[in-house]
Amino acid sequence: MDNQSDAPHALIQVVDLTKIFYMGENEVHALDRVNFIVQKGEMLAIMGPSGSGKSTLMSIIGCLDVPTSGSYILDGLPVEKMNDTQLADVRSKKIGFVFQQFNLLARTSALENVLLPLSYTNKNRRAARDKAMQALELVGLKDRVKHHPNELSGGQQQRVAIARALVNDPAILIADEPTGALDSKTGEEIMGLFQSLHKDIGQTVIMVTHDSFIARHTDRILRLADGHIITDAVNLNPLKAGEARRSDAEM
Amino acid sequence: MLISQNILTALRGLMANKLRSALTILGIVIGVAAVVALMAIGNGATSSITSRIASNGSNMLNIQAGRSQRPVAGAPYTPAYLYYADYESLARTLTDIAGIAPAYQGRFTVTQGINSSSTSVTGVTEDYLKVNNYEIANGRAINANDRTKQNDVALIGATTATDLFPNTPDPVGMEIRINNINFTVIGVLKSKGSTGFTNQDDLVLIPLETGYSRLYCANASQNGQKVLNVIAVSASSADTVDSVSSQITFILRHQHHLKLADADDFRISNQAQLLSTLSGVTSTLTTFLGAIAALSLLVGGIGIMNITLVSVSERTREIGLRKAVGARKDHILFQFLVETMTLSITGGVIGILLGAGIAEVVTLLKLITAQVTFSSVMLSFSFAVAIGLFFGIYPAYRAANLEPMEALRSE
Ligand SMILES: Nc1ncnc2c1ncn2[C@@H]1O[C@H](COP(=O)(O)OP(=O)(O)O)[C@@H](O)[C@H]1O
Ligand SMILES: [Mg+2]
Repeated sequence: MDNQSDAPHALIQVVDLTKIFYMGENEVHALDRVNFIVQKGEMLAIMGPSGSGKSTLMSIIGCLDVPTSGSYILDGLPVEKMNDTQLADVRSKKIGFVFQQFNLLARTSALENVLLPLSYTNKNRRAARDKAMQALELVGLKDRVKHHPNELSGGQQQRVAIARALVNDPAILIADEPTGALDSKTGEEIMGLFQSLHKDIGQTVIMVTHDSFIARHTDRILRLADGHIITDAVNLNPLKAGEARRSDAEM
Repeated sequence: MLISQNILTALRGLMANKLRSALTILGIVIGVAAVVALMAIGNGATSSITSRIASNGSNMLNIQAGRSQRPVAGAPYTPAYLYYADYESLARTLTDIAGIAPAYQGRFTVTQGINSSSTSVTGVTEDYLKVNNYEIANGRAINANDRTKQNDVALIGATTATDLFPNTPDPVGMEIRINNINFTVIGVLKSKGSTGFTNQDDLVLIPLETGYSRLYCANASQNGQKVLNVIAVSASSADTVDSVSSQITFILRHQHHLKLADADDFRISNQAQLLSTLSGVTSTLTTFLGAIAALSLLVGGIGIMNITLVSVSERTREIGLRKAVGARKDHILFQFLVETMTLSITGGVIGILLGAGIAEVVTLLKLITAQVTFSSVMLSFSFAVAIGLFFGIYPAYRAANLEPMEALRSE
């Protein structure tokens, strides 16, 4: 399977993806026969009301969970057939995850937080350090590497988390409500960072938000409701972070 | 993931919760310290007993009255005695012996001025010192004349001398009172060195005949005959011990009119036997103490498991995150095992130091010369490590098997 990256191909191909949670007698259909394709280099937002299945979809796309049925092919690999170890390997090599609550290790410097994913790969110490420094530079935190999370602002903490997600050169950057815990100005700054990663290094970005203003900074918007995709639309005029104002955009 | 990095992570986690970590390893520390210290004290006791018995001379045989078998049920119980006549008969008949020393022992209050102590007062013959390896430091021994004249004279042990005469360097010629009878001290014994549970230097020796007529009186008389507590026989060499022992059996059975079917009504113990019996007893005791101490190691292990389980549930999100960034099950398993191993190894090292310290204090206090052995250190240390491993596996396994998504959702 070496020819995956030769021809232009779908990075993510999801067919009839279904996830059912069993809660005693009840079945919760968190995802119900979801189909979509994401090409390499796309930047898209997934929207939907609370409980519509966004996080569940992200966790399956991010190989943190497996579907109940349906298939998911990531970069040519049939993920739904993988065991725990193989999934961990895919997460390590292909996925960068950003969370709403940052999830940084407390009492641990920014640099060490970014080094964490590399500690589960075979990189030697110096190469790992260089790589982590690069990632921190990319998110604009070159001068904060020694700081601990409690010495950083929310926006800075999320940047550390993004650097951590980028450090293994993932095929996809997955962000579940990355601006959810930030004020709107800082949230836009984070969107600006995603946009520049997308533009400058061609990073594929999939993000979840329930904020339509934030969503309109991406090229494509997928709407979920009750585990179904209800719309999947190209956003012809994506907003540029820092240029549009919330009030203008609402019109 | 590098082991050193893992250990560093573990140490950082443990240092972040210093008090909790300290309390966690307390059980291991106490367990290991107890094993090391108790084994050291036990070994010290064993070797002091051994050397003390060796100093008594291993050619010695002790004869005492008593049956080693219970009488048949219903048969009348007749107490067994050792008579002075038995001694006379043995002394006449035994060959290949270097000495034979009969003795009758009683406990009396011995006073000198305002000083008094309860001491064993033993009636002896002139052979007693030689057979029992005592030497005179000052003065003279008891002789045949003292016995025939029933002189009120006494030889006292080194400890007795300092107890009764704290301010008199040489008590020879002074008076002591035993049971309100005046005795003249004719000599002081050289110290045998007290190394164990009973002090061999706290004793008073008097002529046997003086004792019979003035101190022991009716107690020492049974069936119209004078009795003895013990007859010590010293064989001429180690090779003749067994033959002397069988001669004694033969003579005493004859003396006591025992029939062929009757069991012996006396016991002969030889020092070599005693030695092996006693060191067997003390080493059993040592092992037993060690085992009890090891139990607290087990309790310590449960403490480690408990704390690690708490730590796993507190750090569920961290575990989820580690998995999200690519940690495999074995990475998480290893991380938590390193943590419990770090705890138990640290506890083990502190425990060894503490145990050795206790042994050192016991030695300095001159209670016993404790001997910390390499084997007890290795034993308790590996036990501590094994406990850390054993009790760490379950929490680590729980952590490793958390579903990443579930773990990340937890709050
Ligand atoms: N682990 C779980 N167990 C049971 N139900 C779950 C679990 N995870 C999610 N769900 C349910 O699945 C549905 C979708 O949840 P989620 O994907 O978190 O929605 P969103 O992120 O869009 O708010 C919800 O009804 C939620 O209660
Ligand atoms: Mg959600």
